[in-house]
Amino acid sequence: MKAGWVQRLALAVYLALFFVYLLGPLAVMGVSAFNTPSYPQVWPFEGFTLEWFGKLLADQDMMYGLQMSLWIGVLVVLISVPIGLAGAIVMTQIPARARATYYLVVVSPVLTPGVIIGISTVVFWREFTTMSGLRFMYDGVVMTVLGQSSFISAYCMLIILARLQRFDRAQQEAALDLGASYPQVFRHILLPFLKPALFSAGVLAFLSSFENYNTTTFSILADKTLTTVLAGRVRQGTTPAISALAVIIVAVTVLGAIVYEVLKRRDDARQRARQRAASQAEEAELGGEPAAA
Amino acid sequence: MAAAVELDGVNVTFGDFVAVRDANLVIEPGEFFSFLGPSGCGKTTLLRTISGFIEPTRGSVRIGGKDMKGIGPNRRPTALIFQNLALFPMMSVAENIGYGLRVRGVPRHERDEKVKNLLIQVALAEHGHKQVSELSGGQKQRVAIARALAVEPSVLLLDEPLSALDLKLRQHMRAELRAIQKRVGITFIYITHDQGEALTMSDRIAVMNAGVIEQVGNGRAVYAEPRTPFVASFVGENNGIRGRITSVANGEAVLDTPIGTLRGRNPVGLAAGQDALLFVRPEALRIGAGAGALFEGEALDVAYEGSVTHISMRVRTGQKLTVTLGGGAADALPQPGDTLQVGFEPRDGLVLAKAADA
Amino acid sequence: MSGGLPLIIGLPLVAAVLLVVLGALERRHSPAAGPGFFQRNGVAVGLYLALAVGFWAFFIIVLPQLAMVDMSFRPKLPPSQMGGPKDVFTLENYRYFLFGSTTSTASWNILHIKAFFLTIGVSILVTLLNFAISYPLAFHMAQSAPVARLRVLLLLLIIPYWVNEILRAFAFRVLLSSGGVVNKLLLGSGLTSEPIDFLAADVGLYMGLSYAYLLMMIFPLYNAIESLDKNQIEAARDLGAPWWHIHAFVVMPHAKPGIASGCTLVFMLCAGALAAPLVLGGPRTLWFTPIVYDRFYQAFNWPQGAAYALILLLTCIVFVLAVLRLFRLSLGEITR
Repeated sequence: MKAGWVQRLALAVYLALFFVYLLGPLAVMGVSAFNTPSYPQVWPFEGFTLEWFGKLLADQDMMYGLQMSLWIGVLVVLISVPIGLAGAIVMTQIPARARATYYLVVVSPVLTPGVIIGISTVVFWREFTTMSGLRFMYDGVVMTVLGQSSFISAYCMLIILARLQRFDRAQQEAALDLGASYPQVFRHILLPFLKPALFSAGVLAFLSSFENYNTTTFSILADKTLTTVLAGRVRQGTTPAISALAVIIVAVTVLGAIVYEVLKRRDDARQRARQRAASQAEEAELGGEPAAA
Repeated sequence: MAAAVELDGVNVTFGDFVAVRDANLVIEPGEFFSFLGPSGCGKTTLLRTISGFIEPTRGSVRIGGKDMKGIGPNRRPTALIFQNLALFPMMSVAENIGYGLRVRGVPRHERDEKVKNLLIQVALAEHGHKQVSELSGGQKQRVAIARALAVEPSVLLLDEPLSALDLKLRQHMRAELRAIQKRVGITFIYITHDQGEALTMSDRIAVMNAGVIEQVGNGRAVYAEPRTPFVASFVGENNGIRGRITSVANGEAVLDTPIGTLRGRNPVGLAAGQDALLFVRPEALRIGAGAGALFEGEALDVAYEGSVTHISMRVRTGQKLTVTLGGGAADALPQPGDTLQVGFEPRDGLVLAKAADA
Repeated sequence: MSGGLPLIIGLPLVAAVLLVVLGALERRHSPAAGPGFFQRNGVAVGLYLALAVGFWAFFIIVLPQLAMVDMSFRPKLPPSQMGGPKDVFTLENYRYFLFGSTTSTASWNILHIKAFFLTIGVSILVTLLNFAISYPLAFHMAQSAPVARLRVLLLLLIIPYWVNEILRAFAFRVLLSSGGVVNKLLLGSGLTSEPIDFLAADVGLYMGLSYAYLLMMIFPLYNAIESLDKNQIEAARDLGAPWWHIHAFVVMPHAKPGIASGCTLVFMLCAGALAAPLVLGGPRTLWFTPIVYDRFYQAFNWPQGAAYALILLLTCIVFVLAVLRLFRLSLGEITR
């Protein structure tokens, strides 16, 4: 099997190259965060230091931006998940002829460049708040939350819709039939069913908001978020403190991924145990029948 | 006492499609009533109309003497057991059973007490804390029944709930359902396409076809005294032979058919000259005998099953008929290819009007 | 303020109300159409659905876009004159894009036009490049990787996914700057005698763009290929089809929605990229998005910025439509 051997080697080389390309730059940046020179460099490695992490934490603007980013992220989650949920439910109920138009409108922000969403949000709200006397609403944070919500709500809707399409309408009818009111059906049956999707949507919404730059840079006006401060710093000059920030973000991501994996495995084990119990009960029920029959 | 359920000229249409046409029916309290028919005959639509998920296009549904117009499924005294059971996967067995009480605002201790009793009634006393996914098919079935009974409905509606079960379990559940119905004493309305289920469990059966209730009666009536060709051929095996009535007398009709002159009962009072169908059950056909008629055919297939033997035969017109012989005939079974003389007694033949569209 | 706003808000709202009313009328005339919206959801939930979706669709999506379109056709005026006699529809902002002047058409605005076409061209090239890089990995993950390896691969992909664009671009700057790792390696190995200025040559920018949006290509491709039945590939192989034939006529047609989805996303993100050009661009780098940004926050000419943004948006729409036409797909198929 010479061909198989060649193919495997080619695959290994390709995979290695790919991940060097994907992870290499991050690794280089990561190493530079721990190196003493004030210009981010990997080699020669002149000495291990945590100085840059200290510098990062002492950077007032950066910390303020972080605070704003977290705050905006929370607001975006609180707005986008309910909107995404409503959008998904409406999608399943809207008359077939209106569905295509509706879909086009609500999914369009996903395919629109972020800068344009930022621009249009600022343009509209500047005029709208002036006209309606709600000038206090012409605020960087408000508009950033609204602008980000336009496409993040669409992400949420797509995630929730995927699960909603597997919803068994008989569940809803069963609850109604047992006397539940419509709001009760929504609370007791639909929301618990959608819970995993709502959670995923929430996490995705927060992360998307946190890392967003293109929309934010237009809509934030004079205020700052972590990404806009970061962009300013990077333009001014390169310092290993920025590498240190990347290290922290990667570390948090890895931690999150590990926690997710552990939880998922635990849940899988629970599901398997239940299935085993069910098949045992099934056997007991059909009892006495020889297995070979 | 008011009837449990009354259907008064109920029509249900979806666009141009008529799902239920002019259903008139009175179901008595405490009755085990079945709707029997092939899939798409409108029986599920009718059930959903009774439970309130569909408003009739015309006509009215009365439950316990009260008109149900404008009353949603959550405010009707009915409970429905779904084909796929629709148990709530995010709730435990006890929470499932107690759900109807919870939404009615029954206090927790009262609810727990009632759920406990129901769990005992359906032999799941030890399983209240379990998740639905831990149960066997039969156990899930019983949870669904308990959940529906918990709200003390005056009518329990069942939408083919046994269809997903293993054959052996299905037969067991039939007896259990019947026993539960006797015990709680409320009206059961059962939907099925399985005539065996309908015949074994029901007090009365409504046979449905293409949105129309063709016949209502007890099991014996729909099997032995079918009034329409559809009922005759859908309930139990039957052989139908086309022909034209030449004469009627003494409740009997004589039919001229391509395979000869046949005689049978004339329960619906057809007149001479009408096109008709004569039905004769496979077990009523005899080899080499019969005053109703005698005709010839070729045996195609002989299936010996011990207590009975099914013979498939082809008559001159090419039509296939089935003959079922009792166990005693085992010694003299014909072989495939043999020519058979087959006949039946006039009382076993049934002459019915040819359906307008047949 | 501009006088167009009441119209911008009014027209879509009137249209929406009209549609709802027509729908309700039609419902009344077709019996057994199923329960109505509020009947089906209850008043409280129904109200929440209608308000949430209405707010989203109108105030966050449609009206801002229309306001931008409206502004792009208006002159730049001091606030006191907005809505006044000088506030009329005009093409001057578009004229500026083409000719570098709001009035004269004597000479072309070469700088902006060149930046625009360069942006589009490079974005298309980056899209193709990313497809070529990602396809083998996506195929391997979806069809031949063992489960354990698949989990590791997915994890390795997800980690860089959440490092934001600026940091990704920054990583390339660390890598490619004149004192960066790559130049040190080149110098050390004697391949060059002087550091190469990758950034000024825009090599850094193009690599950075490709790098930043690589994962946007991989995940849609992976999802699409994963749903292909392995037996189909086996069957094709048994019939003696060469490997390229299997990919061209079995895998890719099946993965069409994923390919279209990945290409659309990468193109859109590239053409609208702001972080990478800011971080990796040299002083003479041409990219369209920073020019748009400068119209707003350097030149403070919002109407002109709006016109530039609209040009970019239309380009993206044309690209999406072209991809859909090319692959014969509907929008719903690529946004899963």
